[in-house]
Amino acid sequence: MSAATFDRRNERVPLAPYLLSGPALLVLGTLLVIPLVATAVLSLHSFSLYKGIQNVYNFDNYVDIFSDPYFYAIYARTFRIALIVTLLSILLGAPEAYILNRMRDPWRSGFLLVVLGPLFISVISRTLGWALLFGSTGLVNQGLVALGLIDRPLQFMYSETGIVIALTHVLVPFMVISVWASLQRLDPQIENAALSLGAPSGTILRRILLPQVLPGVLSGSIIVFALAASAFATPAIIGGRRLQVAATLAYDEFLNTLNWPLGAAIAMLLLVAILAIIVGCNRLVERRYAQVFE
Amino acid sequence: MSRNGPLALVFHGAFIVYILAPILVVCAVAFTSKGYLSLPTDGLSLRWFHAIAANRDFVDAFWSSLWLGTMSATIAIGLSIPAALAIARYRFVGRDAITTLFQAPLMIPPAVLGIAFLRFFTQAGISGTFIGLVLSHVVIITPFAIRLVLSASTGMDPQIEHAAISLGASALATFRRVTLQMILPGVVSGWVLAFITSFDEVTMTVFIASPRTTTLPVRLFLYIQDNIDPLVAAVSAALIALTVVAMIILDRTYGLDRLLVGRGSD
Repeated sequence: MSAATFDRRNERVPLAPYLLSGPALLVLGTLLVIPLVATAVLSLHSFSLYKGIQNVYNFDNYVDIFSDPYFYAIYARTFRIALIVTLLSILLGAPEAYILNRMRDPWRSGFLLVVLGPLFISVISRTLGWALLFGSTGLVNQGLVALGLIDRPLQFMYSETGIVIALTHVLVPFMVISVWASLQRLDPQIENAALSLGAPSGTILRRILLPQVLPGVLSGSIIVFALAASAFATPAIIGGRRLQVAATLAYDEFLNTLNWPLGAAIAMLLLVAILAIIVGCNRLVERRYAQVFE
Repeated sequence: MSRNGPLALVFHGAFIVYILAPILVVCAVAFTSKGYLSLPTDGLSLRWFHAIAANRDFVDAFWSSLWLGTMSATIAIGLSIPAALAIARYRFVGRDAITTLFQAPLMIPPAVLGIAFLRFFTQAGISGTFIGLVLSHVVIITPFAIRLVLSASTGMDPQIEHAAISLGASALATFRRVTLQMILPGVVSGWVLAFITSFDEVTMTVFIASPRTTTLPVRLFLYIQDNIDPLVAAVSAALIALTVVAMIILDRTYGLDRLLVGRGSD
């Protein structure tokens, strides 16, 4: 392996890169492709309560999902939550990245650590925190009443509002990262030039800053949306058993109802929808903003 | 550069409260002296941390997570070093496709991967085993390991290796004493990031873990689904403390902002 690394004579017959990346390629290739294909095949089988999984091939599971309003409501909820979480992440994350960028050290690096650090903390611990704030301690409701924003306590646990608040908390650091990265590429002299030419700060924000930061906002949105649509632990803990999303529905079919073919079909639809959105938006971002990425 | 106005600082303050509130409340509740969930208003108590040690399920799950993270991060970094060197050094047919494949696990929802592995491992006869868990974790953490080793190897000057070889060093010695030394920060931080990702993973693992091989986050998740008590707050607080230690290590070896925000596009 290492011999091939440094043998420059090999450059004419470039075998070295394939040998070097071979092990990783083999492991990721087989462990991704075979299980996913097996799942796609599984989704075409049928299931009966008495005979288990039947090795037939048809699209009955997909027809069931598309014709049943129960499934339709769950997918609609999944993508509604993902959309609202994405919008909230933009509204909160983009201004925060901008404010952080205008700070000086040590405040700047310190607060960046505080904002991004939670990404390393288990999703379970962070969601548990929201369950405690919403439920047992009731701190959120006490705070809202104290601020005079509400008269009587609201129900956050087992509600979509609760899921959205907790999920935005889990995912907003990704938006901050993305906008922060695009702010770092920005030339501060452009802003100074606009200032010296007499532009009011509102105009600078709107006509200088926003167009340059937009690609960062968009790529952050793709990440947040994809992660929100495939979220599992946060909706399961805050939403409970009744408020299902696509990932928790697939979990129930696999481990409680034991209808694996239907669970596989639910998962395949989620995968296809998310991949279509990621690839589609990436194309759009790259085409429209090719010049910004150099 | 202009300073932040008062409105911006108020927004910033509210944002920081939003980010920290759930983390702080978990840590506070963990120190309660009561038998039920409450904020420790009348003094701190360590009774729930003692209770963790007495709970075999959580202790076993912790060791199992630690082993799983260590083994899969080590295998992932072993696969990543040669793969990253190949991508950094060579231009070859299929390079873009291979680079995309190496990042592909990040685009697939973990629940979908969990289902795919459950089906695959059941057919392969290794369902519910520790080996199955290691294999599946290697798949989802390798993208992180490759990314960090790659960014460390892209910047290095190949002339230094040529110098070592021309001075008579063997290929193995050159790799061990020159190449590896230069990409070491990427290797260390790649390993730590891979370990944390494996240690925290819950969505995919919940599908494939068996009662004997359950990891700590999965155990916590299943416990919380039944009831929430100060014990889970104490376990979470201990996890948060461990994470902060890991974060400090990462910050010292690689720089947390560089790790998260990155330099360049690859």
